Parts: sequence; C-alpha cells; structure tokens
Amino acid sequence: MNKLKFYLPVFGFVVIALVLWRGLSLDTKTLPSVLIDKPLPAFAMTSVGGNDISNSDLPDQIFLLNVWGSYCLPCLIEHPTLMRLAEEGEIPVVGVNYRDQQALAIDWLQDNGNPFAFSILDESGRFGIDLGVYGAPETYLVDADGVIRFRHVSVLDETVWQEKFLPAIAEIRAEGS
Amino acid sequence: MIPEIGQFSLILALCLSIILGSLPIIGASRNNYLWMSLARPLAAGVFVFLAISISILAYAFVTDDFSVEFVALHSNSLLPDRYKLTAVWGGHEGSFLLWTFMLSGWMLAVAIFTKSMPLEFVARVLGVLGFLITGYILFMLATSNPFDRIVPLPPADGADLNSALQDFGFIIHPPTLYMGYVGFSVVFAFAMAALLSGKMDAAWARWCRPWANVSWAILTLGIALGSWWAYYELGWGGWWAWDPVENPPLITWLFGTALIHSLAATEKRGVFKSWTVLLSILAFAGSLLGTFITRSGLLTSVHAFAADPSRGFFILAILGITVGGALLLFAFRAPLMKSEFGFDFVSREILLLSNNVVLVVAAASVFLGTLFPMVYQALTADLISIGPPYFNAIFVPLMALLALLMAIGPFTRWKRTSVSHLVQQLGKVGIAALALGVVLPLVVTLEFSLSATIAIALSSWIVLAMVRDIVNKTANKPTRLKGLKSLSFSYYGMQLAHMGIAVMLIGVALTSSFSSERSVLLSPGQSVELGSYGFRFEGTASVNGPNYVGEEATFTVLKSGNVVTTLNPERRIYLATGTPSTEMAIDAGFLRDLFITLGEQKEGDSWSMTIYVKPFVRWIWLGAIFMTMGGILAAADKRYRRLRRKQTVDKRAQPGSNSAGGELQPSS
Repeated sequence: MNKLKFYLPVFGFVVIALVLWRGLSLDTKTLPSVLIDKPLPAFAMTSVGGNDISNSDLPDQIFLLNVWGSYCLPCLIEHPTLMRLAEEGEIPVVGVNYRDQQALAIDWLQDNGNPFAFSILDESGRFGIDLGVYGAPETYLVDADGVIRFRHVSVLDETVWQEKFLPAIAEIRAEGS
Repeated sequence: MIPEIGQFSLILALCLSIILGSLPIIGASRNNYLWMSLARPLAAGVFVFLAISISILAYAFVTDDFSVEFVALHSNSLLPDRYKLTAVWGGHEGSFLLWTFMLSGWMLAVAIFTKSMPLEFVARVLGVLGFLITGYILFMLATSNPFDRIVPLPPADGADLNSALQDFGFIIHPPTLYMGYVGFSVVFAFAMAALLSGKMDAAWARWCRPWANVSWAILTLGIALGSWWAYYELGWGGWWAWDPVENPPLITWLFGTALIHSLAATEKRGVFKSWTVLLSILAFAGSLLGTFITRSGLLTSVHAFAADPSRGFFILAILGITVGGALLLFAFRAPLMKSEFGFDFVSREILLLSNNVVLVVAAASVFLGTLFPMVYQALTADLISIGPPYFNAIFVPLMALLALLMAIGPFTRWKRTSVSHLVQQLGKVGIAALALGVVLPLVVTLEFSLSATIAIALSSWIVLAMVRDIVNKTANKPTRLKGLKSLSFSYYGMQLAHMGIAVMLIGVALTSSFSSERSVLLSPGQSVELGSYGFRFEGTASVNGPNYVGEEATFTVLKSGNVVTTLNPERRIYLATGTPSTEMAIDAGFLRDLFITLGEQKEGDSWSMTIYVKPFVRWIWLGAIFMTMGGILAAADKRYRRLRRKQTVDKRAQPGSNSAGGELQPSS
C-alpha cells in the first residue's frame, strides 16, 4: 500500500500556505497603478461648484491629485496635511470628489477648508475607474507634463509626505534638470 | 475600570484554556484520570470568563464609553440601543471576541452532551478545542484587543456604526454564521481525538454525526441570512455576488455537505474512514480561511485601512499550526485506518462517493477563483478580477449533476444495487420530471427559457423521486400513517434537506431567468409599468430618525386596475458620518417580490428610482430553511438520544457498528 499518498494533503496545504504568506507580504498600499508613467486620462467634466474643467486646467507643474469624499473618515485625517501643503504653496493639490454628492461635498469643504485648486466632480465614479481608484483616500503625484509618476493608497500624513512623496518629487526634478 | 475587568477576564480565560489545551490531552495518552477529568470544568470556566468579557464590551457600548477605542470607532451616542448592543460585532476586534465566545459555547455544549462517551475521548476533544481557543485569545490580546483605551483624551462622541450595518440583518446574520462556522471546529476536534487515540470505529462516526449535522444546518441558515440581508439592504437586487468574503463560507459549506454524507457511509458501513477525517479537517480549514481572508485585508483591498499585516501573519500561523499539524497527523495515522467492506460499482457507497467528488471539486473551484487574483498579482504585479462568469460556468453544471445524483441516492442499497431495479423505480419519475420541466414554465410565464426548464425538471426529479421512495417504504405497513411513523427522523431530515435543494434550485433559476428591472425618473402623479404591475409615484415626505434625516416616497402598486399595496422606499443621510443610504421598499410574495430603490431628487420634484420585479426569489431562502430544518431533524434522530441513555447499541439498526474491526489495526 502506498502510504505516501496520505502526505499529499499536507503538501498541498504547505503550498497554499506559502502562497498566502507571499500574498500577505504584498504591500497593497504602494501597489503601482497600471497608469504609472502614463498620462492622466483625458476628462471634460464639471468641478465641485459647477465650472467646466478639462485637462488644460491642470497646473503646469508637479501637483498632487487627491481622491476624496465627504463620506470618507480617513480623508479627515489627511486633511490638515493637504491644507498645509496648499497654504504654504509647497505643491498645488487637485481633488477628485469620488462617488459623492455635490451638495455634501460643498458643505464638507466649507466645514473643513478647501485645499484644492479645484475638485473634479466624479459622482458616477467613471473617472475613478479610468484612474484605477480603489477608494478614497488615494493620492497621485503628477508631473508638469500630466504624466502620473507615483501613487499612494490610503492616508497621506506628514510621515508619508516626508518619506515617500518628497523623494519621488526630488527624483522627478532631477530628471528634468 | 470596568473595561479592564473585561480584559482581565480575557486573560483568565487564556490561562484556563492553556491548561485545557495541554493537561487533558497528555492525561488521555498517559491514562491519568485526574488530568482527563479536568477537561469539563476547565471548558466551563473558559466559557464563563469569555461570557464576562463579551458582556463587559457590550456594557461599554450601551454606556457610551468612548474611551474604549473599539467603541469610539463603531458607535455613537445617537445610535439606537439595539445597534449599540450589536455593534459589539460591528468591527474586527469585537467580532473576533464573538467568534471565540461562540467556540467556547460549543465547547460547553460538548462538555454537557457527551456524558455517554468515554472520558478519554471527551478529554481529547475538549483539549483540542482548548488549544484552538488559546490561539484565538492570544491573537486578540496580541493584535486586536477590543478593550484598548484612547488615553489621555477620549473623543466626545463616537464615529458611528457603518450605516449599512444598522439593520435587522446585522443583528442576526453574523452570530448565526459564526455559530455554524465554529461548529465545524467541534467536528474537527472529534476527528483529531480519533487520530490521537488511533480509534476510528463506527461509534466515532455516530458521535460525530449530530454535531456535524447541527453545524451544517446553522451554517446553511447563516449563509442564507447573509444572502437575504444583502438582497434587501444593498439595493442592487442580487442575492449572491461571488465576493471574496462570501466565498469562504460557501467553501466550508461544500466541504461540510460532503462531510455529512461521508459520515453516513462511515457510520453505516465502516468505509471512507480516512476520507471522512480529511473532510473534517478541510471543513475546519475552510472556516479558518474565511477568518483569514476577511481579517487580513488580503483580498479586500478597499478596506485596506483596517488591515494590519501582523494580524494576517498571526492567523496564518494559527492556520499553519492547526491545519498543518492536523494534516501531518493524518498522514501518519491514516494508513492505519482500515475500511471495512467491499462494495459494487452500483451501490449507495458509490453514490455517496460521487456526491463527495462533485462537492469537493466545487469547493476547490471556488477556492481557486477566490485566491487566483492574489496569486496572479503576486506573479505579475497586475490586478485582475475573477467575476461571476467563471464561478457560474463551473458551479452551475456541477450543481446540476449533484441534483441529478441526489434523487437516485435514496433508492440505492448499501453494497450492491441492480441497475434494472433503479430503472424500474425511477424511469417513470424521470419522464414525468422532464415533462413538468417543459410544460410548467410555459404555463406560468408564457416564455421559454432553457435554464428554467432544466431547473424545474431537476427539482421535479428530486421531489417526485422522494415521494416515490416514501410510498415504497410505507407500502408494506398496515396503514400509511403507521408506515410514515415508522420512518426515522434522520430519513425525514435527509428528504427535507434534499427538498430544500429542489426549492432553492427553482428560486435561483426562475429569478435569474425572469427578473425585470427599470430605472426611471418620475414626478409625483406619474406612473410606470413593469411586468403586469403599474407603479404610481405619489410624492415624498421628510422623515427623521434618531441618528439620520431622510425623505420617504410613497408608491401605489396596481395590478389590472386594483391596488395591490403601497411601497415606501427611503433615502437617508446618517448624521454622524454624513453617509447617504437608501432603504429600499419590498413587497415580498411567495411567487414574486416587488421592490423599489429611491435614487436622488433631480430637477424640480422628479426623483430617479429603480423598480424591480423578481419572481420566485423567496424560494432561494425557503429552500435554505428546509435544509436547516432537515439538518436539525436528522440530528434529533432517536438513535443518538438512545446512546445518551447509555443503552447498548441496537445491532439491527447499525450494521457494521459493533465490529471490533472498526478500530485501528497496524497495516502489516
């Protein structure tokens, strides 16, 4: 009788456990977007507040594209950082108001302050799909040519700014000079 | 101060479970009576301290103690009391405490209802469960303590419970699902005790069966409740989405279903012993995998904020030690298990084996589809998603095959059945079922749909075969009633559960084939037609609840000019988070559901909305209720209770059960 066959389940399990272990080590938060080093998807939409906007309204320098929503609690955590960056003129911030309602979004900006040059109103989530958004908050670093260079999923606080964004910005500037 | 008592109870439960996980098992192998007899009181002690612990967490919720971080994140002073109480399982930490508490409840049940079993065996079962609980409590204390405080400045109010969870379904679905899930840990512990002792006889299978049946029944109910809740709360009209979080309970359910069938063969005929043990391990592994997937953030990347990789590694370690250890023990001991009797190619054994093969293939396919996106991402760094088409393409034909076999099973005999007997018994049934399958959908709906025809033919096949079997079995009795009374609970349980599958099959097929929906923009006074119904929008009024503000719309539903009912869907904004939420209105019926979800107010007084007519959708959950009742009925069979009264086993009723050869023998 072949006793080895009784070891098959345990071998199978070891393989699966290794796959799961590997899966855990994948850092889903810095998972590169499929759009890294590709241009920002074209859009012609309205902003929160009702102005018509398109790609030509984007800043002519390196900027942050921040996905937010009034329903999003973690967005409140990163909000002070975005406010500081915008007020101190360190970098322009463009918002994507993702799967929200315009009225709620306007109230939210009034209550908490508005760090955004403008916010793309994406009620249906269509632009978010083009961009490959998981959920708010999420922040993209876009260069002066409108090309996406870096993506961060989850809260952008001062630590993340110092440790991830500043080096990425330095790298882009180094290329340009 | 009070939350610290909860934490302290948790630590005490840990201490007791460490002793429970070691001494009784060692005692059983050394034949130390004192150590073995510690198992029952220790199990009761673990239960008591976990009960204190979870009560204190509930108390913190009810008294709005926002200094406890878990409470602050999942409650709000405006939350109604019933949701404050149930918010205990509204997040990872508390729901894991509930999970552990449920396991201790099962453990207490084992301690109480196993008086007739040998102490050595009970000590091993409780010891294995104690070992598991030790892992769970350690996990809680190390990575997810529900009693963590926010110091020094607790928030003035909480962040509120996710508005989608503020619903009746949330009160009942998680506890039921957990209870079923955790029940398979008990069956796992029985299998481990058998492997540890080296005794795998028919008595073992008989002890195991009621526990497996009850766990299976509760898990069935838990999954069905989740499906029902998603259907009426999420407002997209679906009842199953092949979501990575839904799939692990289904995998466990498929293994569990295979297990209860394989246990029948092991008990009655002494066959498939090692296979049955393997299935107990797999069903348990499925339940742990569910925990792992939902709590590690492995597959639900949208919820990545709550994910902490250390939790994933900890659960993976628990999974590795318990399941890996169990499979290793299985590899050592399984070659020693001798199966008893030979059987022919056409026999009940073979039917049960085919059932097992189909179910295990189905479970493996669902498992593969659930994990494949992650494997793919690990290999290529690209994201893909495996959608319903993959699952449907594999799952639906397998279930059809299962339904086909299901009707034949009860007609076969152990060891050998003649094919001509089966043809003679089932030939007419098959023809009648086919005829019904073609005619019924045409009569009821005037449309032809292949899937509806197949489903109704298969359901009729199961039900007609069942009637025929009952007629056969009662034919030789003086009266029909006496005949019906002579059949055992476990027979009725089996037939009821099989009928549940037939009912569910009809629900699934007809809902999928004949549902209709329409998205429209209506102003007050306007109507829209869908199917044979007219829906008239009467207008909206504002309604405010304790923690939300909302608009309620009124619809009058008409059929051939007569008012059928009025429906009141709502749109709410929850105050603490500003989350919008839609409360759909359903008119539930035996033959169809009508429901409306309210969208947004557009220009003027017109509103966007979606209206659905879903025929036979209730049958899906009705079928699950039949299965649940069937499982419980089978577990209530007299012969398990007879055992409890310590009477000798009835030899006539249990062929193969009294053979000394059922014990392990060295293979050489």
